Amino acid sequence: MTVLADRRRARPRPPAAPRRRSATRTRALLREGLLFWALILPNLAAIVVFGYYPTLYNLVLSLTDWDFVQPAPVLVGLDNYVELLRPGSVLADALRNTTVFVLVTVLGTMVGGLAIGALLAQRLRLSGVVRTLAFAPHMLPGAAVGVLWLFLFDPSYGLSRWLFEMVGADSPRWTTTSDFSLWAITIAYAWQRLGFVAIIYYAAILDLPRDLYEAAALDGARGWSLFRHLTIPLLSPITFFLTVTGVIAAAQTFDIIATLTNGGPGTSSTTLPWLVYEQAFVSFDIGTSAASATVMFVLLLVVTLVQTRVAHRQVHYS
Amino acid sequence: MLGLVLAVFAVPLYWLFSSALKPENEIYTFPLTWVPSSLEWGNFVEAWTSAPFGAFLRNSVITTVVGTALEIGVAVLSAYAVAFVRFRGKMLVFAVMVGSLMLPGHITLLVNYITVSSLGWLNTYQGLILPGIGSAFAMFLLYQQMRQVPGELVDAASIDGAGHLRRMVSVVGPICSPMILTATLIVGIGKWNDFVWPLIVTSTADMRTLPIGLMFLRSQEGYDSWGPVMAGTVIVAAPMLVVFFLAQRRIVGGIVSGALKG
Repeated sequence: MTVLADRRRARPRPPAAPRRRSATRTRALLREGLLFWALILPNLAAIVVFGYYPTLYNLVLSLTDWDFVQPAPVLVGLDNYVELLRPGSVLADALRNTTVFVLVTVLGTMVGGLAIGALLAQRLRLSGVVRTLAFAPHMLPGAAVGVLWLFLFDPSYGLSRWLFEMVGADSPRWTTTSDFSLWAITIAYAWQRLGFVAIIYYAAILDLPRDLYEAAALDGARGWSLFRHLTIPLLSPITFFLTVTGVIAAAQTFDIIATLTNGGPGTSSTTLPWLVYEQAFVSFDIGTSAASATVMFVLLLVVTLVQTRVAHRQVHYS
Repeated sequence: MLGLVLAVFAVPLYWLFSSALKPENEIYTFPLTWVPSSLEWGNFVEAWTSAPFGAFLRNSVITTVVGTALEIGVAVLSAYAVAFVRFRGKMLVFAVMVGSLMLPGHITLLVNYITVSSLGWLNTYQGLILPGIGSAFAMFLLYQQMRQVPGELVDAASIDGAGHLRRMVSVVGPICSPMILTATLIVGIGKWNDFVWPLIVTSTADMRTLPIGLMFLRSQEGYDSWGPVMAGTVIVAAPMLVVFFLAQRRIVGGIVSGALKG
């Protein structure tokens, strides 16, 4: 790849164009310009109409009161935000649940994925099979993963009962009690993502420069200290990438919640995306839903920006 | 150690497939039945007849195939435009398009629903498909690939008198076809698995896609009828597993190289 890129850069430049553009040249440029817009337009139009415009109009809707039925949204200023930011509001619950869900799934899959990735990189027997099976859940529809885990969590006939019976306990009623529902969606989602993270780490570890390891081995470093002081720092760009994409993906998880708990019981497993959906399409409270979506958008934007800044300071790029 | 890891992933998947094939009495027993005594295909029949799975499957195939073709099509056109057509300020347009990656799906949900509704597209294929065809991700992937195409090749073609269209189809296209295929697979899997948009934009059982149909099946079967529900889950999941096993190297390779090169 780099070879090609270099060759391309070294390509001899065409002789400098005469200062005054001839009429043909102007026409050619104009034609190129028109062609550019023609080629880009379908994609650009779709992105503007179904991406940027909704984001802006959502902001307007967040300042209104509407239920889909009234002829038009009624402006109410910042009322929706005031209501949502009141302590003890449903948004506060959703923020707390989202934070727990995101932190636990991202941290859990990173630590677990790194361990599994390092194990796979030893290329033991069977590790090919494990790689395939580990990545498979990432390919599945979240709805299928959710329904599968609903069965696994079943306190009477699911694997959960078998697992808990081994230690002589009853299975929790994972999806129907508010003490466990958040953990149910967390576990199911982490299971779906874990193998993906592991495979990325596995590929990254195989990609590390061998000569550094040989040099470190000459210095007497081995085992855990090699992993701790060489592998982990070398992997920091990947860790950073997985953190950013992980937080963004986890914070938007919807299908697993919709199939496992419907955000309940009560608000015990309501996260931001579920709240946005429920307020709009179950309670038909358009203004409030738009305001919640805006809060979610701003938070994700802040997370992205902060992480990018941190990256510039702390990530080791080889 | 590796055995434990294997169990974490294999046991739930095994449980999915084995339960779909278990006779009913072996699902509702404790201690659990690990190996079905006989294979019970009736669960699939039951699932298929108690919910309109034929319609779900048709809708999923149509939305995935048409949606993916359109998305990859517009992505190829726009990536080519940015990579090869001369236009001052094209990188600004490109940046605006790529910037849409920052917009979380849930902030566009409500207004897109309103837009589609006012176009009269609720519960239609165009409503299901069109809002999803804008593609910053696939365009970005393909643009990066197109930048690697040796300039001599494209220049040579243009000296031979080939216009942009011919250059795109006969020079750039073939060189980038592995990446186009990878992008097609990744985009297609995403569309097949899509959940929240089909959930809100369709309203009748005959327009639902498979992931939504799975929830419909659960409500039809009662919430404890695990045999048919697991069979339905297999129907929803199996096509993706087949695609994955067939094209594993390409899919994983595409995702991994995207991650490693950042």
